[in-house]
Order: sequence, then C-alpha cells, then structure tokens
Amino acid sequence: MKEDLKELRSDIPLDIARWGMPGAIDFALKKDSDDIFEDSKVLVNIGPTHPAMHGAFRCMAKLNGEIIEKSYCEFGYTHRAKEKLGENRTYHQFIVYSDRLNYCSALINNVAYAMSVERLMGVELPERAIWIRMMCVEISRVIDHLICVGINAVDLGAFSYFLYGYHQREKAYTLIEKLCGARLTTSYTRIGGLMADAPDGWEKEVKDWVKETRAVVEEMDQLLTNNRIWLKRTKDVAVFNKESCLKYSFTGPNARAAGVDIDLRRDQPCMYYDKMDFDVPVAQTGDVFDRYFVRVEEIKQSLNILLQCADKIKKGPIWSEDKRVRIPDKNVVYNTMEGLIHHFKFFMTGFHVPPGEAYTAFEAANGELGFYIVSRGGTSAHRMRIRGPSFWHYQGLDPMIKGGYLADLVAALGSINVIAGELDR
Amino acid sequence: MDISKPIASNYGYFNEKYGEQWSALLGALREEHVSALDEVWMPLTHKVDLPTFIVKKDSAMDVLRSLKEKHGFDFLSDYTATDEDESPRFFLVIHLMNLGSKARVRVKIRIAENETMPTLIPLWEGANWAEREIFDMFGIHFDGHPDLRRILMDMRWEGHPLRKDYPLKGYQIFLTPEPLDPELLK
Repeated sequence: MKEDLKELRSDIPLDIARWGMPGAIDFALKKDSDDIFEDSKVLVNIGPTHPAMHGAFRCMAKLNGEIIEKSYCEFGYTHRAKEKLGENRTYHQFIVYSDRLNYCSALINNVAYAMSVERLMGVELPERAIWIRMMCVEISRVIDHLICVGINAVDLGAFSYFLYGYHQREKAYTLIEKLCGARLTTSYTRIGGLMADAPDGWEKEVKDWVKETRAVVEEMDQLLTNNRIWLKRTKDVAVFNKESCLKYSFTGPNARAAGVDIDLRRDQPCMYYDKMDFDVPVAQTGDVFDRYFVRVEEIKQSLNILLQCADKIKKGPIWSEDKRVRIPDKNVVYNTMEGLIHHFKFFMTGFHVPPGEAYTAFEAANGELGFYIVSRGGTSAHRMRIRGPSFWHYQGLDPMIKGGYLADLVAALGSINVIAGELDR
Repeated sequence: MDISKPIASNYGYFNEKYGEQWSALLGALREEHVSALDEVWMPLTHKVDLPTFIVKKDSAMDVLRSLKEKHGFDFLSDYTATDEDESPRFFLVIHLMNLGSKARVRVKIRIAENETMPTLIPLWEGANWAEREIFDMFGIHFDGHPDLRRILMDMRWEGHPLRKDYPLKGYQIFLTPEPLDPELLK
C-alpha cells in the first residue's frame, strides 16, 4: 500500500492519521478559531465602514449570546489635525476648516467660530448680520435633528419616516444655497460679518419653509412617536441617566433627555436669544426614545424661533465697521491703490488678533461646541482647541450599551448622533 | 506672553452676570487653599474671559475637588493642554461649569515635560478620553489612568503632534492595519 493512502486504513483512528495524536478530533470540533477567549464568547467588530456606524468609527463588542458584555470604541479614522491647522493658518483661513467639524450643521460651526474670534477681538456686529446668523443656526439645528431622528429610525427599520424628513432637509439646503452658493460646506460667516447678504425675499422663503416643515414634522410625529414597534425598540433602551450624563459631560439634547436642564441659548444668551420666546424640552429617563423625543420637540421650538427671527429682521449692513476685520469692498479694491494693498495684506498676511484667551461655548445641534483660542498676538492662534460635543458623547457609548442587546447598540449610536468630523477633528 | 496688561474691555461680557460670584469664589479658594494658587487672572484686569486660577500641581486635585464638591462647579466642560515656550513647558487647561448658576471658571496647571499629572477620573469619569487625547497630542502622562493609549493617532505613531516643535511636514506610513490590543476586552 502506498504511503499517502495510509490514513484510509480503517484500523488507524482518524485523529491519529490526520493530527498524529489521540483525541485531536474532539478538540478540533470544540475549538472555534475565532473564540479567542476560549469561553464561547464571540467578539464582533462593527465598523469602521459599516452602514450602522454613520461614519468611520469602530466598535468592538464581546458578546455572550446576544448580550454585550464589554465593548470598546475606537475612532480617529478621519483625523485631519484641525487643531494643528488652527495654529498654522490665519484666523480667516480657518473658517473653511470649521465647516468640516459637524458637517450636518456646518453653519453652526461657522457662526460659533466667527463668534469666538470676534469675542477675542471685541468686534461688534450690525443687527442684520446677527439676525441672519441666528436664522442660519436654527435652520441648521432643524436639519441636524431631522437627519439624526431620521437615520435613527432607518436603523430600526422605519424607512419612510426618514424620507419625510429628508425632503424638508433638501429644501433647507436650497435655502442655504441661496445664501452662500454651497449646500454642505458653507463657509458663510466671516470674522466681523458675513460672506454675502441674504437675497431679497429670503426671509419670506424661510417662513414658507417653516410652515411646510411644521406640517411635515407634525406628520412625522404622528407616524412614529406612538408606533408600537418603535416604542418597543426605544423605550428603556440604552438608558443613560442624569448622574452618568454629568460624569461623562454630556450636553445638548442627549443631556436634556436625561433631565439635565441646560441649554446655552437660554442660560448664556448670545446674539438675540434673550429676546426670543422658546421652551427648552427636557425629558427624564434618558433612553433612546427620550433622546428622539427631545430632538423632535426641539425642531418645533427652532421653527418657532425662525418665525420670530423672520419677523424681526430688517434691511441693513452685514459687516462690522471695524477696519481690522472688514474685507474691503470690491469697487474699492479695483479702483484705489490703498484698497488693493489692504485686500492683499488681508488675504496674504491676515489680521492681527490681540493677545488674550477666550473659551466661547455655543449651543450647537449636538451640544456644547466650544472654541478655546489662545492668542499671543499675530495672525494665527497660539492654541486652537475645539471642544466637540460628539467626543464626550461617544465616550459614553460603552457604559450605555453594556448589558444590552447587540441590536440596541445601533439604536444607541444613532440616538446620540455622533458625527465623525467633530469627533476626530 | 505679556498677559498681565490691564483691562481689555472685550473680555468683560460675563463679568456683569457672574462677577460677584467669581470674586466670592476667589476669596473662598484663597482661604481654603492658602498656598495653592500661583496666580489668578480675572477678566477685568487680565486679557481672559473667565477667571483663570493657576494652581500648583501638587494641590491641583484638592482645589478641583473643592471646586466640584463645595462650590458646585461639577461639570467638566473641557480638558486640554497648551504648549508654551516657557520653562515649565505645558499648561493643562480645565474648564468647569456650575450647572446651577451656569458660571464658568478655568483652572490651569503648569507642568514640565517629564512630569506626570494625577488622573481626574476619580472626579469626572469623562476625563478618561480627554486625558488620552492630551497624552496623544502632547505626550503628558497621567498617573493612575487605566488605559493610557493613543486615541486619535495610530498606536505605532511617533511624536506628539500638537507640540510646537513637531514638524509640519513628513510621513509615517503603516502598511498593516493597527493591531488589536488583546488586553482591551479581557
């Protein structure tokens, strides 16, 4: 008999023939090569490119059956060194980088960044610019919340709900496009003003959009909020209570869903928020449903604020009179020597910001967006720290999903609305 | 940096609302921690927007604990660092907020290049990732941190990008994906 057919002989046990040791086949059948813990627990890797992750981040979960026993989250896949760029670009050049923080609501980042540099320099804005900025912020807040609740619903199987919101979101992007020509990466604000004035009749279009959106949000509310499947998937799922929220520095709608009554628009009013009439919705439990519901209520409040702004806005200048930051008008640049030099110096060298430091926190759609700028004089910052709310929210995901089902991880992640651009910076 | 030049009117915007509370807090801190405060920068006399307490490293935990527990500054708003050109090289910068009155303060801690800072996790668990980021970006080590690894950069990365002497151009290319640390899920 040939040597290589030896193993077919029936008097030699299979495990000795194949592996050369008795009992090996039993071991091979029991041993799962993926089971690195040797206790039948499964390690599941979700992301970095997984449709449920909403961006490039990764979550490793150790499962016991369907229960998440332990997990850890990783990110940094879209790290673009924004803080380092902030130290090596002029204050004017950094505006475009601020868009790419929370790309679902780029205008809020623009406004918050411009405001922080203006505070550092003591620049006062004219009324119309502030009103337009407020309207931008509220439109962005509405579309950010629409995408958050919409995508959260898609993850849990409610696809048509998402399309209602998306339709209004596209219309809002058209409004933004009329302001600045871009839909997503707006770069609309300038230090001490705006890129361009709002076109004639823009306020009226916003009003029409608000009325439309109000009806749509009402419809969306009826479609999903009392839906039995939705309630079962979201009620008491991924609970993050008030104490945990304070420990992990949650802000914005995620904190308000757990009963932390804080809204920087009301508590540290900037722009004209103290003249606005709006409520701050606060829930108690801090589960996925509360985070959803707080966002839906906030959309309604933001629409109210938009109507009030559209009533109060008047014609007027959109640029501060401060000569340090004002970009010279085109007719001055093209027709006078001084204007041309001014223009050249402005864009090539940048304007000087006096030494000092300021932490400007603004209520962005996800929570407290802070710019901590340390200036030592000169045209670029000594330190440009961006406090993105998603960084702190994503940190809370591990304790939030511990002990829950794997399917609830998707619900939890969608409900805290982590945006990779803001997380990685 | 000459930050001690007097009165910049543009930093007084919160002073009207919180000025009294801030000066009361400063008085209380000076009584409780006699030699802990190196310097104090207040908004109307220095070019800062919030009262900035520069605290000695050894008494930093005590000051932060009393700020959190006695004075109600229980919300860690931000935790970061700056690289100065001076001789204790770094400043650790902590922004705290009082959730009751919504007042903010800033605490700064001078720290030299080879010094370590006790971790703030016992006070705020959220400081975990913030400290990892500071370690990643500035190379400051934290005593007692359970999991001090890089957070934004690859774990094989060399150098700490937000240091001022870090080169602006250069490549570090990894041909294999970042390995999984098996310790993490044990």
